[in-house]
Amino acid sequence: MAGGEEAGKLQLLGAWMSPFVIRVKVALQMKGLRYEYIEEDLQRKSDLLLRSNPVHKKVPVLIHDGRPVCESLVVLEYVDEAWPKTGPPLLPADPYDRATARFWATYVNNTFFQSWRTLFRSMTAEQRAEAFKNVVPQVETLERAFKECSKGKDFFGGDEVGIVDLALGSFLVWIRVVDELAGTNLLDGEKFPGLATWAERFLAVDAVAVMMPEAGRIMEHYKGFLVKLAAPAGCS
Amino acid sequence: MAGGDDLKLLGAWPSPFVVRVKLALSFKGLSFENVEEDLGNKSELLVSSNPVQKKVPVLLHNGKPICESMVIVQYIDEAFAGTGPSLLSSDPHERAVARFWAAYVDDKLVTSWVQSFRGKTEEDKSEGTKQMFAALQTLEGALRECSKGEGYFGGESVGLVDVSLGGLLSWLNATEEMSGTKIFDPVKTPLLAAWAERLRELDGAKLAFPDKDRMVEFIQKRQAQAAAAAAAAASEK
Repeated sequence: MAGGEEAGKLQLLGAWMSPFVIRVKVALQMKGLRYEYIEEDLQRKSDLLLRSNPVHKKVPVLIHDGRPVCESLVVLEYVDEAWPKTGPPLLPADPYDRATARFWATYVNNTFFQSWRTLFRSMTAEQRAEAFKNVVPQVETLERAFKECSKGKDFFGGDEVGIVDLALGSFLVWIRVVDELAGTNLLDGEKFPGLATWAERFLAVDAVAVMMPEAGRIMEHYKGFLVKLAAPAGCS
Repeated sequence: MAGGDDLKLLGAWPSPFVVRVKLALSFKGLSFENVEEDLGNKSELLVSSNPVQKKVPVLLHNGKPICESMVIVQYIDEAFAGTGPSLLSSDPHERAVARFWAAYVDDKLVTSWVQSFRGKTEEDKSEGTKQMFAALQTLEGALRECSKGEGYFGGESVGLVDVSLGGLLSWLNATEEMSGTKIFDPVKTPLLAAWAERLRELDGAKLAFPDKDRMVEFIQKRQAQAAAAAAAAASEK
């Protein structure tokens, strides 16, 4: 992060394992912006987090000169607009291309993630098989989306990583960890050649490689999560 | 920018998501061709324009499709930046706040309101209703914060959140009429209640909003259909 841009006071409230936080970390890294990172314990949220995001009480929250911005995709657009001359643009310039990017970012966040989340939360082989079956059509759609958006280039954003790359790419380590545990291969190179090569390329981008958590650590965390999920709860 | 701009909206008159787009187009003063879809028999044009979701609204601008109501609304604001008022402030933080609340309307209000209608059990439905009122209370606070003493979420003039929430007004008003319970309660959510009145009086809203009686009739028919389907399903077990 050498030669970081003078950004005013910038703080990021996050949690190391959250894909939504990873999106913002990578974006800030790409933009070369300096900030104070505050790791939140999601079981014991700080006053700062609760004050900054009273509606959802979630991470990530970007606080710029004391003003909070919440919701990861909103933060990405904010970063693009607040520092327009810094680093590569996260959204294209043309209104139609912007609409296409927003459409797919929304699709990843809503349709894909809702579906994949069921796989993520599956506890039995049966549940996993069912959930996996339901995610595949979305991956098929995203494979087509990749062809449409990339236009033969490396990323959804074209030559550079953009908002859709960040939206989907932030899940990659998690996708692989869940795959490993379940014995599945969601971004199968044979069925989804576009996405499979895109995934490798995305993970190799400097800003991404620096910010992605380590797979082993995520696996450990995931196993702990599944244990908690299976434990009989008083009420949840 | 008007010359050569062909705007066609594929929609269905009762859909709040379609109403959002109509509101945005009307507030910007843009004329468009309204194509009414039969959602039980979707046109070739709709299916080919929105192959992913096959839903309305779809806006076709010179033949190129844009899908997802709030994506369309932002597109309209950006592609026609010189025409009519801006739906978003030029200040990045205000824009972020507007986008946050627009997302909130979809994630919390729409979701809970749909549940209050379509919940599988009476318990589900009443939970949906409870969450809907909680979301409205939160939006009351949002309106106070965003309006800065003016009349709209967008401040002096309508903005992104006014369009997002405004799209739902006809359904919510019709539901109020049918249930006898005020949704925009002037006691609990005075700012929202005043906002709803104000919005409804705007020319753009009058053009976009479906007629209230027609809306009530439509919802009653839908509920009857749902009840019949549920009864049929129950008797098959």
